Amino acid sequence: MAGGMLCRPYNRPVKGEMYAMNCAPILSVNNLKTYFFTDEGAVRAVDGASFAVHPGKTLGIVGESGCGKSVTALSILRIVDDPGRIVEGEIMFRRADGGEPVDLAKLDAKGGEIRAIRGGEIALVFQEPMTSFSPHYTIGNQIVETIQLHQDVGKAEARTRTIELLRMVGIPRPERRIDEYPFELSGGLRQRVMIAMALSCNPRILIADEPTTALDVTTQAQILDLLREIQERTQMSVIIITHDMGVIAEMADDVIVMYLGRVVESGPVDEIFHRPQHPYTQALLRSIPSIFAEPRTKLPTIAGSIPHPHNRPAGCPFHPRCADFMPGKCDRHEPQLRPVSASQMASCFLYHEPAEAPQQS
Amino acid sequence: MTQAKPPVKRSAFDSQFDPAPSTTAAEERVSVATQWQLMWWRFRKHRLAMISGIVIAAFYLVAIGADFLAYADPHKTEAFRSLIAPQPIHFFDEGRFSPHVFGLVGKRDPRTFKRVYEPDPEQKIPLRLFAEGYEYKFLGLFKTNRHLIGVDGGLAEEAIFLLGTDQLGRDLWSRMMIACRLSLTIGLAGVTLSLVLGVLLGGISGLYGGAIDTLIQRVIEILRSIPTIPLWMGLAAAMPRDWGVVQVYFAITVILSLIGWTDLARVVRGRFLALREEDFVLAAELAGVSQMRIILRHMVPSFLSHIIAATTLALPNMIISETALSFLGLGLRPPAVSWGVLLQDAQNIQTVAISPWLLSAALPVIVVILAFNFLGDGLRDAADPYG
Amino acid sequence: MLTYTIRRFLLALLTIWAISVLAFAIIQLPPGDYVTAYIAQLASSGVDVTPEFAENLRQQYGLDSPIWVQYLKWMEQISRGNFGRSLEWRAPVLDMIGDRLWLTMAVSVSAVLFTWGLALPIGIYSAVRQYSIADYIFTFIGFIGLAVPSFLLALILLYLGFRYFDANIGGLFSPEYQLADWSLGKVWDLIKHLPLPAIILGMAGTAQLIRIMRANLLDELRKPYVITARAKGMSEFRLILKYPVRAALNPFVSTLGYLFPFIISGSIIVALVLSLPTIGPLLLRSLVAQDIFLAGTIVLFLGIMTVFGTFISDILLMWVDPRIRFERRE
Repeated sequence: MAGGMLCRPYNRPVKGEMYAMNCAPILSVNNLKTYFFTDEGAVRAVDGASFAVHPGKTLGIVGESGCGKSVTALSILRIVDDPGRIVEGEIMFRRADGGEPVDLAKLDAKGGEIRAIRGGEIALVFQEPMTSFSPHYTIGNQIVETIQLHQDVGKAEARTRTIELLRMVGIPRPERRIDEYPFELSGGLRQRVMIAMALSCNPRILIADEPTTALDVTTQAQILDLLREIQERTQMSVIIITHDMGVIAEMADDVIVMYLGRVVESGPVDEIFHRPQHPYTQALLRSIPSIFAEPRTKLPTIAGSIPHPHNRPAGCPFHPRCADFMPGKCDRHEPQLRPVSASQMASCFLYHEPAEAPQQS
Repeated sequence: MTQAKPPVKRSAFDSQFDPAPSTTAAEERVSVATQWQLMWWRFRKHRLAMISGIVIAAFYLVAIGADFLAYADPHKTEAFRSLIAPQPIHFFDEGRFSPHVFGLVGKRDPRTFKRVYEPDPEQKIPLRLFAEGYEYKFLGLFKTNRHLIGVDGGLAEEAIFLLGTDQLGRDLWSRMMIACRLSLTIGLAGVTLSLVLGVLLGGISGLYGGAIDTLIQRVIEILRSIPTIPLWMGLAAAMPRDWGVVQVYFAITVILSLIGWTDLARVVRGRFLALREEDFVLAAELAGVSQMRIILRHMVPSFLSHIIAATTLALPNMIISETALSFLGLGLRPPAVSWGVLLQDAQNIQTVAISPWLLSAALPVIVVILAFNFLGDGLRDAADPYG
Repeated sequence: MLTYTIRRFLLALLTIWAISVLAFAIIQLPPGDYVTAYIAQLASSGVDVTPEFAENLRQQYGLDSPIWVQYLKWMEQISRGNFGRSLEWRAPVLDMIGDRLWLTMAVSVSAVLFTWGLALPIGIYSAVRQYSIADYIFTFIGFIGLAVPSFLLALILLYLGFRYFDANIGGLFSPEYQLADWSLGKVWDLIKHLPLPAIILGMAGTAQLIRIMRANLLDELRKPYVITARAKGMSEFRLILKYPVRAALNPFVSTLGYLFPFIISGSIIVALVLSLPTIGPLLLRSLVAQDIFLAGTIVLFLGIMTVFGTFISDILLMWVDPRIRFERRE
């Protein structure tokens, strides 16, 4: 993968601890739980997710809709809407000043520190380029605003920089486009503008939440290329959130697979693709259409659908749809994310025995 | 994040496991319920709207049984009983349950020379239920002289003053009961007429579009930018003086609906425009269903609930308008009795300062308007059962 | 943008025309023609009316001609500044209306300002702090404002003021200024008296606008661009004012057009209760007394004033709503 000259822990046999010492993560999320407290009860959107983002690396978060990917991203930025709340866990982030890592989960969500990080050090690119801009202001206005929020520059300079950014993300004639309104741009251009806005303050982490889902296929490829190219140039870390295994394969260094708010498997992208451990990951990979597949065979799908968040299954949340379901085990106990190889972890009783007593509910 | 996803299709490849069916009994019930059932379920959750509905039903019951609830002839004037303050009913007499009122002694205030009435605790007049009083026709069907409360043997007019009397000595409580009739029905009549106009013109506008639509829309815009009260006042003042109660009543209804239809027409037009694009309408068209049938059978049922909600919300405006016009003396005129007519006595602040009970007709106006608003809001929310 | 302005202007002209027809209808509706009424009145006050004079009057107003000719004649008289004479007051209609029209304007405009000034921040607050105690309180007050017709509110406040503060809170001027000529002191006195009628008149409109603003803003707050702005690190206060409030302003402003007629309407009755020296009481008297020229002219003037106010609201709407401004780009 491109951009991995600093740390390449997965391509050579390095032990876990060594890797951690050499290259401390810029962001590490531990046992994050974000619940939505609705009238019908608490919805556990993110339920104990743990992962790390390394400098200059791309982390892919993959999963079906409703698995908590986006809420994870919003939790990191502390912009989860009511009635959602982070109930547990920590989000350790190493700030640019090089001091001790701060726990974003403990910061005041409206305070100055988290606002300096939002947009300034961690930036977000959204799924919906159509509605992610306010139709009432020009794109220039909205980017200049971001720059001036985080950097002490005048309007003219911010504007020059905005034009520069727009040129960098491949907007033709940026001097003119800067004064256009979002609805005057095509979807692909709008997503480029969105990326330009996210990059405007040289963030250290870029979170791209389904950045290509709303775009057509050729535009998708261009946007992904652009992201990779920028990452190579700026050495920032990227979290890419998607349901598309193809995007993961193309972009990610590390992958976490989420199901119903939990990380069910994590590891380097090659391992995940070539040696998937969790039955869910295996099923996901099987459902990718392949040009090598036998013609006229049905594309395998995962049976059933994601359970309603209010009646999530007991035990392993995946067990009702799992091909390797072990009665008495999977439906009684909750599996934990445990190492299954030097670099890979999975949360499945195929690889470890249930430790705790059968849980209720 | 939590939006529903279409169920994943099953295939031979993964037939070994059985997905738990996620539809519960409750969901099953929802999917087979009729539109009206769904509306009713949603409406029931709206507690305030439910209560308001009951309040409104109670008001209409009062209107029906007004004569029974009144105890004094609402039209009988008596100079000796002018402006008597409200007198409470005492329920207990020395620990015994025995509802009674005190007799009143009229005196002249030595300073103002006004006649004032003071209750005399020595003089207890017992009350009884279903007492005899003035004669009326119950529901317009049969004659009776029974009233909910009254005085044994004597005249209720001379003894009970729940809300006091007006300048002419008429009992305010009894008049307020009777007033419910005109005040509550004139709103209904006005709304019905507006509804006919609104549905007709809004329907034509939405259905045919084009020049007719533009014309009707402009008319609505113009009507809405005219200040209504001066217009109503002008029209109401032009009513001949010698018209009877019934004629005035209908004239007022027409005047009120003249503006009232515009809101309903907008709702109907909007619905028609939206429905015209719906697939089921197109499907019906392609199946060769006649246009009339499409409208009556397919389109109207799907926006009827919206119309009902909009109508409910239009009613309070009608009631306010009638009250306002009558208050000014341009609406219903005595001997007709409506809340607005009753409030006419309260126009003068000097009178109100001395006899504040003349304002009491404001209370039912406020309660009814509030109730209609809550009910309408509840109905509007319930009208979108899948929303 | 220009086409929009022109369209609005034409519609305003059309509305004024419609109002003039209605005002004419009000003059025409009472039985008998007004010259007969006028002559009868002159005669009763002892003036000797010659048949020629009566004939002249009839000619002037074209009473023998078809109805539309009469209308045109009336319009012609008006365009010359002749609005006719008040039968009851025996004075030119214009002299009667004079100050009262301006005072009506002052009361209505201050009510509109009060409504905007209050409804906007409260609506924003109620949406941003949805289901807070303050939100419930505002919602409750809003419902009261909606349910209590302005003239009842005026009556109740008047009574309370009379009863508990022993003060007559009606009127627009202190007694010493009532008959005085206009001066700075009188204007200041007027300004001091304006808030109460403005609040009474504005109450219902405010309640309605709060509900509209709250509902719109709640919709806008759920839009993705709000999350984008939040992700930029903007402060919540600035963010809400710049983005969702801006978007919610459009439907808000478009309802303003109907606020003005509503308030003018209400002012007629409230003026009566509060005994304001505005045009309302005069209109009522003229209608009751069948003082047709006075009544017709007042209705016409009120209508024109309303249309003017609505037109200004429309222009404001255009200024706020970029969709209308962008028509030129299409």
